Amino acid sequence: MSQANRLSQGGQIDRSKQINFTFNGLRYTGYEGDTLASALLANGVDIVNRSFKYSRPRGIVASNAAEPNAIVQLGSTEATQVPNVRATQQALYEGLSARSTNGWPNVNNDAMGLVGKLGGPMMGPGFYYKTFMAPASMWMTYEKFIRKAAGLGRAPNENDPDIYDHYNRHCDLLIIGAGPAGLAAALTAANSGARVIICDEQESFGGSLLETADPLNGKPASEWVSQVVEQLAANNDVLMLPRTTANGYHDHNFVTLHERRTEHLADKAPIAHQARSRMHHIRAKQVILATGAQERPVVYANNDVPGNMICSAVSAYIRRYAVVPGQKLVVTTGNDSGYQAALDWQAAGREVVAIVDCRANPDGDLVKQARQKGIRIIAGSAVFEAKGSKRVTGARVAAVDLNAFTLKGDVEDLGCDTIASSGGFSPVVHLAAHTGARPVWNEEAIGFVPGKVKGVIPVGGVDAIYPLNEVLQSGHQAAVQAIESCGYTLTPLELPKATGRVEGKAAALFQVPHLKSTSRAPKQFVDLQNDVTAAGIELATREGFESIEHVKRYTALGFGTDQGKLGNINGMAITARLLGRTIPETGTTVFRPNYTGITFGAIAGRHAGALFDPERYTAMHQWHLQRGAKFEDVGQWKRPWYFPIGNETMHEAVARECRAVREQVGILDASTLGKIDIQGKDSRDFLARVYTNKWAQLGLNKCRYGLMCKDDGMVMDDGVTTCLGDNHFLMTTTTGGAAGILEWLELWHQTEWPELEVYFNSVTDHWATMTITGPNARDLLSEITDIDLAKDSFKFMECREGMVANVPARVYRISFTGELTYEINVQANYAMHVWKALFEHEETYGLTPYGTETMHVLRAEKGFIIVGQDTDGSVTPEDLGMQWCVGYDKPFSWIGKRALSRPDTRRKDRKQLVGLLPSDPKVVLEEGAQIVFDPKQQVPMKMKGHVTSSYYSPTLGQGFALALVMGGAERMGETVFMPMADGTVYEAKIVSPIFLDPKGERQNV
Amino acid sequence: MFHIYCPYCGEHREENEFRPKGQAHIMRPKDPESCSDEEWADYLFFRDNPKGIHHEMWVHATGCRKFFNMTRDTVSYEILEVYKMGEQPKITAASRVVGGEK
Repeated sequence: MSQANRLSQGGQIDRSKQINFTFNGLRYTGYEGDTLASALLANGVDIVNRSFKYSRPRGIVASNAAEPNAIVQLGSTEATQVPNVRATQQALYEGLSARSTNGWPNVNNDAMGLVGKLGGPMMGPGFYYKTFMAPASMWMTYEKFIRKAAGLGRAPNENDPDIYDHYNRHCDLLIIGAGPAGLAAALTAANSGARVIICDEQESFGGSLLETADPLNGKPASEWVSQVVEQLAANNDVLMLPRTTANGYHDHNFVTLHERRTEHLADKAPIAHQARSRMHHIRAKQVILATGAQERPVVYANNDVPGNMICSAVSAYIRRYAVVPGQKLVVTTGNDSGYQAALDWQAAGREVVAIVDCRANPDGDLVKQARQKGIRIIAGSAVFEAKGSKRVTGARVAAVDLNAFTLKGDVEDLGCDTIASSGGFSPVVHLAAHTGARPVWNEEAIGFVPGKVKGVIPVGGVDAIYPLNEVLQSGHQAAVQAIESCGYTLTPLELPKATGRVEGKAAALFQVPHLKSTSRAPKQFVDLQNDVTAAGIELATREGFESIEHVKRYTALGFGTDQGKLGNINGMAITARLLGRTIPETGTTVFRPNYTGITFGAIAGRHAGALFDPERYTAMHQWHLQRGAKFEDVGQWKRPWYFPIGNETMHEAVARECRAVREQVGILDASTLGKIDIQGKDSRDFLARVYTNKWAQLGLNKCRYGLMCKDDGMVMDDGVTTCLGDNHFLMTTTTGGAAGILEWLELWHQTEWPELEVYFNSVTDHWATMTITGPNARDLLSEITDIDLAKDSFKFMECREGMVANVPARVYRISFTGELTYEINVQANYAMHVWKALFEHEETYGLTPYGTETMHVLRAEKGFIIVGQDTDGSVTPEDLGMQWCVGYDKPFSWIGKRALSRPDTRRKDRKQLVGLLPSDPKVVLEEGAQIVFDPKQQVPMKMKGHVTSSYYSPTLGQGFALALVMGGAERMGETVFMPMADGTVYEAKIVSPIFLDPKGERQNV
Repeated sequence: MFHIYCPYCGEHREENEFRPKGQAHIMRPKDPESCSDEEWADYLFFRDNPKGIHHEMWVHATGCRKFFNMTRDTVSYEILEVYKMGEQPKITAASRVVGGEK
């Protein structure tokens, strides 16, 4: 049997189920019920990693989420790689494959270790900043190597094969933590009628009761746990979530839980379509925080050598996993609970060399027990240095005066291979601190407890309540308070009784002084994951960092993936001592979500791939697909971009489509335009207030182009609005602006002018729009409609209702191309029928479908703007030369009017919309290109504007552009220049932005 | 994520149904043309950024589309009250000082 450290009896493992796994390529075996950490310890694996900065060998320190060293890369295939997994929280499964995160060529012989050893004394805090600062241009190069040397695990290079779920849940009471306090609370609330969710990050419920030596009702505590779990499982109002970490506490009792569903079973979900993990988004009326307390290690020299552990971890490995992680133990402690590790160690049949207690007269019940068992107790002393490099070989002990921070008396060297330390307990306050509530120092408990958060009740260890009976009681009382505040009543309940015991008063033990000064003594580690030492903190305070937040950032204390779960309080205590302050004066740093790392898949959930963002299709989408359209994303819409025939390039297709519109007839699917139905007797008045132009005289069935500004005078949207009745208008908006404009109209109506009777409704999806445009448009439409299309009976900028292809339709005679145009609107579910009816006449009239690219070319030739492309939120109607669309003398001061007379909007040198014709007709300028007046000036040149739209016009036979140019309206005929990144300088002449048919004769035929 | 009571729907809903619209009670001057440039700029651009009590406007964007006001503590993020358009807040920075911190 290779598991040399495994006991033949005890523990909550199944010895009949052997599990094979590999670590750093070597094969090992463990049992069902093991974590990767307990199995590694059982096999006598001392070194599990190399440290982050100094590459020192590191072993397992803890048995839970606080583990700073045993961070592994998991996964047997490339696609299933998971970085930064804590071996202490990873259940063992058959075939598990793990590697150390750091260490090259391997953890036992690490090349960087030499660097750490030689360079170690020089590698203080800020080392990288100080050393690799100059020249700044080299930082990217340095960084690459530093990162490689550091090694923080790696993300997979292949797609994650697993799926992840999101759940939204509501409950009366969320209980975080299923230890004694959490279980007592759940049991109390269970039969009240309240809906309860209880979660715990461990494999099974029970928390400290899974490894405690204390009986409940005279029986092993685990029996009570099984009983409660059974009771809760039978209750329909209770949802139990094991392997579920509450990772973030957000505003108003919104808690994110990460439930790992299959990570204890295999590399990836064993069953098809099974979610690997679930994110539960919980909105709870009340939250009971039962996250317990975390034992702190003691800071002494070489306290990072493998074999240094915390006392509670030693007990947990022995009692829960039947693993004794060594042969000879020395305990160094300042409280009674440290004694338990020694008692468990001795009971497992191995040697306890001594318990070193910094208190002068320890006298609690556990101390007496240890004395009875014949364990040597060295009082008033502490371990100040560990011996050994790849494994502890001894402990150096001396009497200690913590107030004077000195050692006194003789040094005794004890031979041992394991040092278990206990500096006391830190309540796990992280969740309560997530919303910014600062933890509060509890002097008696020597720890920070949660600050007050509305709707959150801390119980048990997290509230610094440690005796088991009191812990159970606090969970019970909190549940009573919580369910009563939710309006439920309590059913009587009897809590189990623990055997009480006398606890001696604990001493505050953080850092043990050394014979040498802190800076000269061997390294005393505070934050094991980030290699932050007591000497580093000392240096930081000497260099003037006084705020704990600054010390944290300078030393990187608590910056690891463990967020300093073991090291932070020690770091704060050391900072406080160095600055001559108390710990509460020094304060804590801020904890932020997430409590432990979460795989990105869980955060994304199903919002990946095709479900990342919804896609919107028009009613004619299938036709476009069959016709081979290329699509463009406009917001969430898929719009046809162009319709290539055969091997046509985009350029060729667009040229053909443009010619078809100018010479025959083209058709555009314009369904995506925003459409807002406006009704009510004050509709017309309202339109006059939100548009820049006049609406008072717009007659029935007449259309008008409107420009909309914000109150700062800048153009925000445009579109055509039609009068469908005295109290009824249909407004169209840009495709992207539709939702925003509806909200904008509601904003003004609801907040400023509620006295106006007007109602708005989005009808974008209800109507499909087909734009037929070109000289043949009238003849084409006349084939399938009963509407009189004669030039003088259905004029430009008018609307008619009638039948098109036997379907009720609204037809608008408006134009975005400058050609004779009819926009046919029908109920969306009839649209495909109408579209196909038009295409029955395809050959007769040369009907050609075109997409957004051709639409852009055609409109730009006419100088029609696209809001958001030719404008950017800093452009007024006047800048666009659209004074014709501004009602300066309207009675109501419409939105944007006042701003047009501000000094800034009156500037003569504002950027104004102009046309550009490149000197070389083959050139198509780059959209976004910066414009200068003098290409020979020194760099940086004075930028005088930019190109907003630029295309090749098959009609003009050359490239052309729209641009915003400072004082452009006054610069007609001048030449401007566009210097490009590659050194080319383009030249163009400023012209009118209307390139084609300036009088608008083509659309009026 | 906030849990917001919509005074029109009469229910608590999740924050992602709502959109914040900035400081509440910004009245557009009745006669903009008689405003000085400074007064108009003040209305357009200047907003309070208080630590503590803040009255702000929200819209139930994917719900009833109604705008409403909220009094919120910008330190604790606690929503102290919601009230409809046209109504005045019951809780203000001044009332808090008079009533004392709870």
